[in-house]
Amino acid sequence: MSFFVSFAIHADDNNSYLPKAKAGTKCVEDRQIMRTNHMDLILHQRDKTMRDGKRDGRHSLKECINCHVTKNDKNEYPNIDSSQHFCNSCHTYVAVKTDCFSCHRSIPENKQVKK
Amino acid sequence: MNKLNRREFIKKTTNTAAISILPGVFLQTVNAKGADVKNRWGMLIDTRGCGDCKNECITACHSEHAVKSFDRPQTDSQWIRKVTVKNRKTSHTMALPIMCQHCEKPACVDVCPTGASFKRVDGIVLVDRHICIGCRYCMMACPYKARNFVHENLSEQNTISPRGKGTVEACTMCVHRIDKDGAKAKTACQQACPKNSIIFGDLNDKNSGISKKLKAMGARQIRADLNLNPAVLYQGLDL
Repeated sequence: MSFFVSFAIHADDNNSYLPKAKAGTKCVEDRQIMRTNHMDLILHQRDKTMRDGKRDGRHSLKECINCHVTKNDKNEYPNIDSSQHFCNSCHTYVAVKTDCFSCHRSIPENKQVKK
Repeated sequence: MNKLNRREFIKKTTNTAAISILPGVFLQTVNAKGADVKNRWGMLIDTRGCGDCKNECITACHSEHAVKSFDRPQTDSQWIRKVTVKNRKTSHTMALPIMCQHCEKPACVDVCPTGASFKRVDGIVLVDRHICIGCRYCMMACPYKARNFVHENLSEQNTISPRGKGTVEACTMCVHRIDKDGAKAKTACQQACPKNSIIFGDLNDKNSGISKKLKAMGARQIRADLNLNPAVLYQGLDL
């Protein structure tokens, strides 16, 4: 895991496209913590949400997407197939597959991918 | 990468270590009420209004959960389906909507090999798609044929209702609304029914609307002989 993380941390040095989050928002955790632990935070909260019905936690995938998936240079919301999607921009670089979006929505709620 | 000075490095490493070691403690900050063992959510459906309706409940349910047709009726998901039954002796026909019956003793949970099928403490039966392997045992076990297997790649699901290919799904009794509004919640099908034939509420609360109506008028469960004690009850089932 630390191997991947070290790559992830360096991704913005080497990857030319890293989408910016929605303007005027601040991440729920420090950048370093998110980079190394985002998968654990989401994993724990998903069980709280689904099994216990506690839906107001601060580490929801929904909120990640709402802030981090922003319009690209073509004024479109990139979906998970695009290299411009926030998650993909790093995950493609480190060759770690995300399976979240075969079920979860990959663009913000109430927004559409323009075609 | 930004260069960190010694103090920042120690601070950030400590934070990271704390989260890695104590994720449980960290999540104690979540104060939501959540599912309560005191509740037993259920629905009462008066089928006498179902015969000549335009399936508004089904349309609303599928819109709420982004269940779309792929023009393949044999495999398209149906969270609610309208079933028409006929008495052979009297030739009387009637229609009723059938969805997950949220049994007290759900057969789907019994047979699930991974624990993906589960019942919440408030009686709602759900599928944990994170660990569902798509074996479809639950579909075979369910006497109401309430479960569906997703055969197609999906995209742009509704945020409140994640669903995807290779997993099993069924009516969630609009659990996202229940978690938000509790006993005041209305399910999507209830809201859409033009004849107000669907009532949602707490079966454990004697003062709830559903309990009062059940006390006054009674209702039946489908296949009550199986002793699964479904939380969906029906009126007007007489053929």
